[in-house]
Amino acid sequence: MTFSANLSLVLPEVILAGSALALLVWGAFQGKASPAFTLASVLALLAAAFAAVVGPHGHAFNGAYSADAASTYAKVAIFISSAVGIVLGDRWLAQRGDQKFEYAVLIILAALGMGVTVSAGDLISLYIGVELQSLALYVLAAFRRDDAKASEAGLKYFVLGALSSGLLLYGSSLIYGFAGSTRFTDIAAAAHGTHGVGLLFGLIFLICGLAFKVSAAPFHMWTPDVYEGAPTPVVGFFAAAPKLAAMMMFARVLGDAFPDSVGQWRQVLVIAALISVFVGAFAGLAQTNLKRLWAYSSIANVGYALLGVATGGETGLHAMLVFMILYMVDVTGFFACLQALSRDGKPMETVEDMAGLIKERPGIALAMTAFSLSALGLPPFSGFWSKFYVFKAALGTGDVLMQTAAVLGLVGSVVGAFYYLRLIKSMWFDASKGSVDAPAPAARAVGFAAALFAFPVVLFALVWLDPAAKAAAAAFGHA
Amino acid sequence: MIGLSHYLIVAAILFTIGVFGIFVNRKNIIVILMSIELILLAVNINLVAFSAYLHDVVGQIFAMFVLTVAAAEAAVGLAILVTFFRNRGDIAVDDASMMKG
Repeated sequence: MTFSANLSLVLPEVILAGSALALLVWGAFQGKASPAFTLASVLALLAAAFAAVVGPHGHAFNGAYSADAASTYAKVAIFISSAVGIVLGDRWLAQRGDQKFEYAVLIILAALGMGVTVSAGDLISLYIGVELQSLALYVLAAFRRDDAKASEAGLKYFVLGALSSGLLLYGSSLIYGFAGSTRFTDIAAAAHGTHGVGLLFGLIFLICGLAFKVSAAPFHMWTPDVYEGAPTPVVGFFAAAPKLAAMMMFARVLGDAFPDSVGQWRQVLVIAALISVFVGAFAGLAQTNLKRLWAYSSIANVGYALLGVATGGETGLHAMLVFMILYMVDVTGFFACLQALSRDGKPMETVEDMAGLIKERPGIALAMTAFSLSALGLPPFSGFWSKFYVFKAALGTGDVLMQTAAVLGLVGSVVGAFYYLRLIKSMWFDASKGSVDAPAPAARAVGFAAALFAFPVVLFALVWLDPAAKAAAAAFGHA
Repeated sequence: MIGLSHYLIVAAILFTIGVFGIFVNRKNIIVILMSIELILLAVNINLVAFSAYLHDVVGQIFAMFVLTVAAAEAAVGLAILVTFFRNRGDIAVDDASMMKG
C-alpha cells in the first residue's frame, strides 16, 4: 500500500491536525479569538466529519489504523459534538470576558485524539489517541485558570487520568508480551482458543484503565468533582464526545482483539455496569448541585452502555452505539440549558435555584423537563428508546447473567427516577426565587434543538440511526 | 541467569509502588507526579523486557512512544499544578478538597 493511499484513509485526522496547527499560528499572531476564528475551527471539524463520511474504508499503516463503518459512525458524532462544544464554550467564555483562542484549538486536538482512538487497530495507536485526547481535556478542565475550583478539577482529572493511562499501558504491555504483537488482529489470533493467565491479566488491567476513562464505577470518583469544578460548557463537552470515544475503545479492544474471550470479560463488564448503575442512582439522591447530579447520572448511563458492550456481538454493540448517540444529544442539550441560566450574573447550579423556572423561562424549563424525563427513561422520549435497545439486547442473549443484569439495571433506573422527578417538581411547582437573566441565544438554540430531538425528532431519527448503528456494529471483529 | 520473569517482577513491584504512592500519599502533589512517572517506567521495563525476549522491535518502539508521551504528560501536569498553586498558595493533597460529596 502506498503512502498516499494510507494518507487518504486518515484524511479526517490529517484535516484536524493541519487545521489545529494552522489555527494555533493564526491565534498566536492575532492574540485573541474572533468570530472568524471560531467559524474556521467549526468548519474544520465539519470538514473532518464530511471526510470521514465520504472517505474510503480500509486499513492503513499495516493495520494500525482502520477506517470502517464503526469509525465513521463514531467520528461523525464526535466531530459534530465537538463543533457544538466550540460554539457553546466560545459564547460562554466571551460573556465572562475570558475568551481565548486556545479553547477551540484544544477541542480540535481532543477531537483528533478521539478520532485516532475510534479508528485504532493497534495498542500503540490506541494509546497515542487516548493520550492526545486526555491531555487536551485536562487543560480544558482547568481552562479558567483564575478559578480555584476549576484548577482543582483540572488537577484531580489529571492525576486520576494519568493513573488510568498507567493501568491501560501496563495492561497493554502484558498483552503485547503474552500475545507477541500489539496489532488487534494478531492478538485475536493469539487469544483464540487459549486463555493464558498473562493475557487475561493484561486484559483486566486494560479494562480497568478504560473504565476510568468512561467513568464507570468503581473508577468513577473523579467524575463528580471534575464536573462540578470545570466550566459548564466544557462539562457538556466532557459528558458527550469523550464518553462515546471511550465506549468505542471498549468495543474496539473487546470486539477486535478479544472477540473469542467473551466468557472472560463479560462478567467483569457486567459487574462494572451494575455497580455504575447503582452508584449513579443512589449517590445521585444526595446531590443538590446539578452538575454533580448529572455526573452521577452520566455514571449510571455509562453503566447501561457497558451492559450493551457486555452483551457482545452485533446486537450488543448496536445497542451501545444507539444508546451513546441518544445520550450525547440529551446531555449536550441539558448542559446548554444549564449554561444559559443565570440570576443576577451568577450561574444557577443547584436544584433550589431552579425553583419556579417554568414561570421565569418557560421554554428552557420545558426543555430541561424533556431532558430529565428522557434521562429517566420515560416513553416516548429518546432515553426510553436508548434503554429499550440495551435491555432488549441483554435479554435476547439467553444468558442468565445478562438477563439478571438487565432486570437489576431496570431497578436502578427506577431508583434514579427520584432525582430527575425532584428537579422537575422544583421547576414546576416551587415558588420562584426572582427573575432570571436573559439566556444566551446560542446556548438556548442548542438546548431547544436537543429538546426537540429528545421528542419527537428522535422517532424519525431512529429510522436512519438504527441501520447506521447496525452497519457500524457489524464492522467489529473483521479487522 | 537473569531471565524474563525477573524483569517482570521488578516492573510489577515498581508499578505497585507507583499506585500506592498515589493513593497512600497524603502530603505533596509532586510526589503523585513522581509516582505516575514510576508507573510509566515500570511499563517501559515490561515492554523492553518483552521486546528482547520475543526478538521483536515493536516493544522498544512502544517504549519510545511512552517516554515521549510521559514528557508531555509531565509538562501538562506541572502547568496545571502551577495554576493550582497560584490560586491556593499551597500544594498539599489535603488542600484539594473544595469539592466533596
